[in-house]
Amino acid sequence: MKLEIKDAPGQLVAALKPISEVGGNIIAVIHQRDEKQRGGFLSVQIVLELPENRLKDLTRLIREQGVNIQRIGHERLLYQKAVMVIGHLIHTDLGDTVDRIDRTGFAEVTELNISMPAISQVSSARLLIKSVNKEDMEQAMAILRRVAKEKEFLLVEPLEEVE
Amino acid sequence: MRVALLGMGSVGRGVLQMIGEKDLGITVTAVADSRSALIDRDGISIEEVLAAKARNGFCGDKAISAMDVVTGSAYDVLVEVTPTNATTGEPALTHMLCALERGRHVVTSNKGPISREFSRLREIAVEKGIQLRYEATVGGAIPIMHTLEQGLAGNRVLAIFGVLNGTCNFILTRMAAEGLTYEQALLEAREMGYAEADPTYDVKGIDPAIKLVILANTFCSHSVSLEDVDITGIDRLTNDALRLAEEQQCTIRLIAEAIPDRGILRVAPRLLPLSHPLVVEGTLNAITIETDMAGEITLIGKGAGSVETASAIIGDLLYIRDTHAGRHSKTA
Repeated sequence: MKLEIKDAPGQLVAALKPISEVGGNIIAVIHQRDEKQRGGFLSVQIVLELPENRLKDLTRLIREQGVNIQRIGHERLLYQKAVMVIGHLIHTDLGDTVDRIDRTGFAEVTELNISMPAISQVSSARLLIKSVNKEDMEQAMAILRRVAKEKEFLLVEPLEEVE
Repeated sequence: MRVALLGMGSVGRGVLQMIGEKDLGITVTAVADSRSALIDRDGISIEEVLAAKARNGFCGDKAISAMDVVTGSAYDVLVEVTPTNATTGEPALTHMLCALERGRHVVTSNKGPISREFSRLREIAVEKGIQLRYEATVGGAIPIMHTLEQGLAGNRVLAIFGVLNGTCNFILTRMAAEGLTYEQALLEAREMGYAEADPTYDVKGIDPAIKLVILANTFCSHSVSLEDVDITGIDRLTNDALRLAEEQQCTIRLIAEAIPDRGILRVAPRLLPLSHPLVVEGTLNAITIETDMAGEITLIGKGAGSVETASAIIGDLLYIRDTHAGRHSKTA
């Protein structure tokens, strides 16, 4: 996100403090001193990781510090889930299996580890799926369950406790 | 307290042996196996009946049947530990119904009747003001029923997760540890006596699903049956899958899961971090319960075995002794 802060001591710290308060993780702070704007304001770009659904809280807290948010960039895929898929993965069009998740636009397969012992035998694969939030992940999993049923895969999902 | 015991398999013999060895205030007034029975209202000699069973293959008089014991002998508690028939629940179901109708407490390890006819059995027990206890049906020696009913009384169960089948857990442990194929691990389980000649009930996840039904009916208070459980077994798992899991510090276990608020009732192989409390080794069982007040509690223990199952049955017997002391001591 891009912030507009006063060019005065302590202002940057004040702008960053809410990030830790909502459990976020700062990846990079880009301090653009040459871009000095009207009335002694500075533009600062921050790249950060946030727990799910905390963006609203964060923007509110930052504004309470008297900092103006100029722009919020794209949310990246930060919610991830590893699943295991066992079956005739290659003969049932692995590309299609992956694409069924990817083409949703809200979730994607970002890693694929596959083991293929012999042509006639089943393959085993570990898929890492990423999405922006939990609801999207649930939808992606529902798609994967349908694909698994259709292509007769055994789908092994992670065990997650109740929240 | 007088006890009649039906079934002299591994569990029945374990119960008799422990009652014989320990001073529990329990008198066995009748025993029966599938071919014979023995009734003595003053108490039978446990040593002699175990010796007779070992010597002859049956325990008593072939002219007397298990039903004669149920309907005609004097006892306060019927211990029903005959082999399980998951389809009909018989003959155990009839034994239990008759005993309950007679106003006698019932303690059982028999999953068939408890999973299939739970509401019917419970109704009679409630109506007659007697106990129907079945700690031994789930998790072997693990006191899951006592923990939830007494220890966690007043809590609302939010979720139950369990490793409820020792055979499957043994197979998965061996596949992960030694890189065995599923077939090799199953063969080893058979050689060790952990798997039946027909392992279908275990490896297809039916046995843990039956146990999940019993837990759900007891603690999530909705009447469910086996047909309501979404079941996937372990028979299609590969050692490659376990290896791929291990690369991520995870492994695969067959997990039975009940989440009442979300209507989830499922048995399936699941990915778990190696550090997860449900990742137990070999034939062990483990159950995590999540409740509103207590949070998460995990119990780990032996899921099968003669004396281990006897532990659960004796726990039930002594609970009845302590809560219904001497209620039927004068009746015949």
